[in-house]
Amino acid sequence: MEERETIIGLEIHCQLNTKSKMFCGCSTDFRDNEPNTHTCPVCLGLPGSMPMVNKRAIEYALKVAKALNCTIREESEFSRKNYFYPDLNKAYQITQYDKPLAECGKLLIDGDNGEKEVRITRIHLEEDPGRSVHMGTTDRGKYTLVDYNRAGIPLIEIVTEPDLRSPKEARKFLNKLRATLEYLDVFDSEKEGSLRVDANISLQGSERVEVKNISSYKGVEKALTFEVTRQRNLLRRGQTVARETRHFVEARGVTTSSRSKEEENDYRYFPEPDLLPLRVASWIDEITLPELPDARRERFITQYGISPEHAKTLTGGLKLAEFYENVATINPALAATWTADYLLGELNYRDFSIDAMPADLFRELLDLIAADSITDKSAVEILRLILDAVKDGKKPERPGEIVNRLGLAKTSGDQVTAMIQEVIAEQQAAVDDYYAGKMQALNFLVGQVMKKCRGRADPGHLNRLLKEILDKKV
Amino acid sequence: MKKLAFHPDDSVRAFITTIPEVTYGDGPLSGVTVAVKDNISTKGIETTCASKILKGYIPPYDAHVVTLLRNSGAALVGKTNMDEFGMGTTTENSAFGPTLNPLDHERVPGGSSGGSAAAVAAGLVDCAIGSDTGGSIRCPAAFCGIVGLKPTYGRVSRYGLIAYANSLEQIGPMARDVTTLSKLYSVIAGHDPRDATSVDRPYSHIPSADIKGLKIGVPDEFFGEGVNPKVAGVVRKALEILESYGAQTVPCTIPSMKYALSAYYVTCTSEASSNLARFDGVRYGPAVETLKSWHDAYSDQRKAGFGKEVRRRIILGTFSLAAGYYGRYYQKAQTARQMVRDDLERIFRDVDVIAGPTMPDIAFRLGEKSDPLQMYLSDILTVPANLAGVPAISVPCGNVEHMPVGLQLIGRYFDDERIIDTAYAFEQGGA
Repeated sequence: MEERETIIGLEIHCQLNTKSKMFCGCSTDFRDNEPNTHTCPVCLGLPGSMPMVNKRAIEYALKVAKALNCTIREESEFSRKNYFYPDLNKAYQITQYDKPLAECGKLLIDGDNGEKEVRITRIHLEEDPGRSVHMGTTDRGKYTLVDYNRAGIPLIEIVTEPDLRSPKEARKFLNKLRATLEYLDVFDSEKEGSLRVDANISLQGSERVEVKNISSYKGVEKALTFEVTRQRNLLRRGQTVARETRHFVEARGVTTSSRSKEEENDYRYFPEPDLLPLRVASWIDEITLPELPDARRERFITQYGISPEHAKTLTGGLKLAEFYENVATINPALAATWTADYLLGELNYRDFSIDAMPADLFRELLDLIAADSITDKSAVEILRLILDAVKDGKKPERPGEIVNRLGLAKTSGDQVTAMIQEVIAEQQAAVDDYYAGKMQALNFLVGQVMKKCRGRADPGHLNRLLKEILDKKV
Repeated sequence: MKKLAFHPDDSVRAFITTIPEVTYGDGPLSGVTVAVKDNISTKGIETTCASKILKGYIPPYDAHVVTLLRNSGAALVGKTNMDEFGMGTTTENSAFGPTLNPLDHERVPGGSSGGSAAAVAAGLVDCAIGSDTGGSIRCPAAFCGIVGLKPTYGRVSRYGLIAYANSLEQIGPMARDVTTLSKLYSVIAGHDPRDATSVDRPYSHIPSADIKGLKIGVPDEFFGEGVNPKVAGVVRKALEILESYGAQTVPCTIPSMKYALSAYYVTCTSEASSNLARFDGVRYGPAVETLKSWHDAYSDQRKAGFGKEVRRRIILGTFSLAAGYYGRYYQKAQTARQMVRDDLERIFRDVDVIAGPTMPDIAFRLGEKSDPLQMYLSDILTVPANLAGVPAISVPCGNVEHMPVGLQLIGRYFDDERIIDTAYAFEQGGA
């Protein structure tokens, strides 16, 4: 039986990294601070307080709209989204409804079947609500506390058309979007909760399910994969998929039906009477975009002569791209291989970001590799030692120091030749076997030399050298 | 800082809160006693909107007008009674009980700024601050025989005014005479960056009684059905007096008046339903004994905390904004609102000022208007100015049954100075 096509659309909420909040002057730098310390009458929603638009937030949102090739409305409008919730201090959220900032955009991604254009339905600005802190579990806890430090953090909501065809494609879209937002310097992906995703997912010809509360990139693919399987199983058993809202429970990797009828909301949107319509016509031309991921990828290919695959990987995040450019000065190809193929693997294994690797140490390591002073095996060992030190909160040793301490310096050519001569003298039987045409004998001899130099020689190189010497003797 | 003792004989119950020992500084209003309506935030002074739901709420900040008043040296002596959240025309809808009309204790002072008007009319203060969403300054001014101005929308910052209907309301001055009102207005008008709807049009006018050549539009609708003929008669007489000072009257019509009241009530209740949603018991007001889930606890809290009229308007507004009804109610009200604006703009092409009665009748007896719809009808002459955002003033112009009648003068956008001059001319008996 032919499988039904998976249809996915995303709604992404992304915190803009402005210095102050969306509608007041409070600092957005609230993480690691006491609850309710970054507040004022406006973001507390005190009676009588009024919102004041943060121009920087609008500028940031315009950058995103431009980068995603959107049509920007000359006049957009803020609306109130009315609903009751303890962490929503005014009992409405100021957002944009029928006149959003920007519409009809697109983002090119590396899709399941090659390059793909994902259509952006709209981008609008809104304020983040506060945060509920449940004491105990939601249903059994004695009480819930509310922290308004987050209230009023500027958000953009980016809505896509249902153009994504697999959970993997959804993740790829998010990676590309994240990279774009980072390049624009409007977003800090490292901050907890800075990106939240709601996903609409359906199997062709069947009802659509909204999955809410996905708060990490990795969660998106997990939640969607779970949902595809759940929906397929229902259909396979001859049941139907109910049109509903489900909650992603990150800890268990499952989605659960979440909204009771009582909680179905009619948001009663209407224009926010305390704010004037937003006219951005005069600003649009002043918004300039930096180099975006696609352009940077092309430049890496031409400027550094690296492979398109490496270029794509290395431009997938702003900090990674900057890191690469920082270390690519001497040998770009070597730097690309070592960054994309080795370093990223070691970082992922430790759940580290690129920030964990001190660039100067990595550059020193690349120098050692380029000078042929250490083997690849030793280089990986050094890399791991550095990252492990970082993980333990210790100051990592410099690669040179590690080489000296562990005696990892590659055995020099003369030394290797001398060792080969020793082995030939010691292993006459194996040498004879070699001359008799037994090629396994060569491997044995290589192994003997490796033993003598404690692995600090390149096996391929050793093989060739040994063969050369033996063949000359004939 | 100077000190002033304030122990008023408040037999009309104008105040919710009084400040026995007031400090004040130097400035244009140094030592002038000012009462402030209790929906305007005052740092450190309980601000209740005459509602149980805000009992005990002490704002941590001053409204912009309060800051300006303090900076001008005014002595802020107390917070005045009002209809709960401004919802009413008589000040009977107060959780603290009604304020009485100083001229006749059997009658209402008008509303919703009834406490402010009564405090001024009873001579307890020199002047007062009110707020006007659909007539809430002009109505009590008319009923109590004082002067009250609803400024052009945006000329006075609303920052700190506890919102009832943001798109309609303005803070404004109330006083026994135009000169005092004008002085007070010059202190509170001006741009405030914290209010996005605020405009940079400060007021520094000295009233002039010279109104020669002034063209006054007199709409038929202001003298038609529902208007007490005796009140209409007093106002017509007043217009003749203005003519004798050199003004010229021109008849006109405001056809959209028949939609004005509906447009007003749909708009103000819609906005109110959203504005008042934050009073859920989590942050303000005495907690109600409840062990229910938050959803039901909110209901208990709001039912116990809000008065009947407030609940009625919240329900009306919630309905008007509901999916499926928005187009038929809220949106339609905005279309009607635009028609009122267009009508006034058209009339103002030919005249400088529109004049008529402020209220269709004199002050009601306490408890006289028990039907809410009858009560709403009495706002018909004041709401057009709020819908259009234009300035309007009420100035006493005579009596019916020993109770004062207010002459309402409506001006062009930002032409507050002209209606103040016209009121001044009437008050002074011409130039």
